[in-house]
Amino acid sequence: MSNRAINILVPIISVILGLIVGAIVMVVTGYDPIKGYTALWNGIFGDIYTIGETIRQITPYILAGLAVAFAFRTGLFNIGVEGQLIMGWAAAVYVGFAVEGLPKLIHLPLALLAAAAAGAFWAFIAGYLKARFSIHEVIVTIMLNYTALHIANALIKSWSGKERTENILPTASLGSTWLEEITEYSRLHWGIVIAIIMVFIMWFILERTTLGFELKAVGFNKNAAEYAGMSVKKNIILAMTISGVFAGLAGAMEALGTFGYMAIRSGFTGIGFDGIAVALLGANTPLGVVFGASLFGALKFGATNMPNAANIPLEIVSIIIALIIFFVASGYVIRIALEKFGKKKEGN
Amino acid sequence: MEYVIEMLGIRKEFGSFVANNNITLQLKKGEIHALLGENGAGKSTLMNVLFGLYQPEAGEIKVHGKSVKITDPNVANELGIGMVHQHFMLVENFTVTENIVLGNEPTKGGTVNIKEAAKNIKALSEKYGLDVDPYAKIEDISVGMQQRVEILKTLYRGAEILIFDEPTASLTPQEIKELIEIMKRLISEGKSIILITHKLNEIMEVSDRVTIIRKGEGIGTVVTAETNPDQLAELMVGRQVEFKTEKTVANPKDEALNIENLVVLDYRGIEKVKNLNLTVRKGEIVGIAGIDGNGQSELIEAITGLRKVKSGRVTLNGQDVTNKKPRQITESGIGHIPQDRHKHGLVLDFTIGHNIALQTYYKEPISKFGIIDYKKISNKAKQIIEEFDVRTGHGETTLARALSGGNQQKAIIGREVDRDPDLLIAALPTRGLDVGAIEFIHRRLIEQRDKGKAVLLISFELDEVMNVSDRIAVIYDGQIVDTLNANETTEQELGLLMAGQSKSKAAMKGDE
Repeated sequence: MSNRAINILVPIISVILGLIVGAIVMVVTGYDPIKGYTALWNGIFGDIYTIGETIRQITPYILAGLAVAFAFRTGLFNIGVEGQLIMGWAAAVYVGFAVEGLPKLIHLPLALLAAAAAGAFWAFIAGYLKARFSIHEVIVTIMLNYTALHIANALIKSWSGKERTENILPTASLGSTWLEEITEYSRLHWGIVIAIIMVFIMWFILERTTLGFELKAVGFNKNAAEYAGMSVKKNIILAMTISGVFAGLAGAMEALGTFGYMAIRSGFTGIGFDGIAVALLGANTPLGVVFGASLFGALKFGATNMPNAANIPLEIVSIIIALIIFFVASGYVIRIALEKFGKKKEGN
Repeated sequence: MEYVIEMLGIRKEFGSFVANNNITLQLKKGEIHALLGENGAGKSTLMNVLFGLYQPEAGEIKVHGKSVKITDPNVANELGIGMVHQHFMLVENFTVTENIVLGNEPTKGGTVNIKEAAKNIKALSEKYGLDVDPYAKIEDISVGMQQRVEILKTLYRGAEILIFDEPTASLTPQEIKELIEIMKRLISEGKSIILITHKLNEIMEVSDRVTIIRKGEGIGTVVTAETNPDQLAELMVGRQVEFKTEKTVANPKDEALNIENLVVLDYRGIEKVKNLNLTVRKGEIVGIAGIDGNGQSELIEAITGLRKVKSGRVTLNGQDVTNKKPRQITESGIGHIPQDRHKHGLVLDFTIGHNIALQTYYKEPISKFGIIDYKKISNKAKQIIEEFDVRTGHGETTLARALSGGNQQKAIIGREVDRDPDLLIAALPTRGLDVGAIEFIHRRLIEQRDKGKAVLLISFELDEVMNVSDRIAVIYDGQIVDTLNANETTEQELGLLMAGQSKSKAAMKGDE
């Protein structure tokens, strides 16, 4: 079997296997898999409205995936995208409602910048501690996730005295009546354009700049990087900070696009953690992240149609979605199986 | 004549690449049979076929005249074939005995009977003159001792035929002598040995016959007593090889590097370089001779800015570079071929092209305003690959990891020499390389000197230091104990100085 055939077959077989096992789960729990999957399909592509909503859902996943992928490519594990996203969300919302009297052309970029800066700062803390004191970034970022969650909650309370903030001003919104109209009034907003621009920016930094060259060199081999005159510490801090920019912008998508406010949360959004899976599914490349995020976002959003249209409880739906993603992620195993199978055939 | 092992017309392919073609090797009982070839010639592939790790596409293997199929290493073990690997397969924090019995433990009532095993190992080690302490931990014993443990492992499993894969690569000269004694002892006890190596002097000293392979092809077998190193080198490389690189008398000019009262600590805070003084002039090669661990690594790291200097001064072209950052030092005119090419010299997961740009990626003409022109990296890499004869699979886009050691080293040397540094520091530049590559690298070092550049060579191999250097500085216990002219000293004199004998004593012994 040629390499190319295997490359095409692996993701297809992965998805089919995931669907089959998901179907078995539905049958065993007493639901109709055909009805279930029809509901899933319609939930993703059913009409122009669901397509708009699906794209809206994909947007923060792209940015969260980029954040994790960027860190991976530079030898770091940013498990704190969740916290950076929450900080970005809070910062964007604050600038969105509290800064008044600016034209959209200034207000919206300012709010985005605030989100990027907040995410960057939150990640910088972990990068600095790693560079300066060799404290592992996984520990610090996990702890910073909790810190971010509760700080954001406290901020919301102090800003509004209520469970949620005011809505952002229209001048800070990513919303677009045109996008809403062509998608039958979904919540689709301009964020997807920002996400795509960031995909390009990540590619550009890593593949075209001296900064990217250094970040990758430090990630692969600190000793050789130091030998070649690069500052390992500076690059660790920079890598983490840039990763945080992506995460902060993911928060801005929720703040300025989907919701337009921030409410007190009892738990995490999950987008930051799903970003880890998105990055891995996309093999940590910018374009791969878009595909990973599309799969994740589409399944997550499409699945919300399954309880309504096929009466499958949300818990079962979560299991099915997890199974599909599990099989896609274990593409490696399928690849080995295919290669073995190909070899045996040649042998005969 | 009875052969214990015959490998007849062996062919092994990896995809479209033929690693072994029509190779025949016949091992007589009680002989030391050398297998000679350049890096990447296919020696290890052939031995992995014999050891059952690869299945040959064509050819036959006979053991004691009977045709056999060696499907995996266990079959090889049962046939009495044992392998002493180049990179030892030992558990660091287990004892000698535990390592030897691993996978084959004698038990008593369900527990491992270490006492019994240790007794057997003691007996075995005495029989073959392999001096080891059965209860010592691997991490506490020397490399030479660890190798004896590897040998004992094969003997313990009843090996009659021992394959030694580059056994002297990591040994000190003294340990090499001891190993040769051990090999002779094994032969006298009725074992047979295949010795994989590319070191000609060892072959001449210890082997009975030599089988040569070149680029995967079997070239033939010669009797050691009827050949000489020149002929062997020619058979191996396919052309004449100069062992002693021709060079004219040095013409030293201004000082390039000056080191005064240098003190450097190692990572544990122990003083490894103690008040060291050294000068290297433009137009000369200064060789630092010494046994590993006498402060060489710390000295180079201090010069190149990779390690902090505690006190003292390093000047380059009259400019103080003490404790400057590595990049500042590089830019003030130092080229550095690092001791460990995998740790410092290369980013193995980068392409060879990116590695060639590792010291220049941030400067014009390769990059402007922080944006890299990868086309320029490609072109530069192609030029260096061509000029330094770096053999790669896919040109400059090959991953550095995929290159053989010799070609990795050539790429590093190309990168460093191409920047035309005033001082080139070459630390163990030929470690693990074959004669062809060594000759190439030595010529490049001398070329730099002839262009009026200074070269500082650090090597553990006396031959290399004596052949290439104009002056030799002997390092012992963190100090330069003496500096000698290369053509006025002897190996004995250097050897004694390296072992810490004072100069007068060394001179006296040298005269004897």
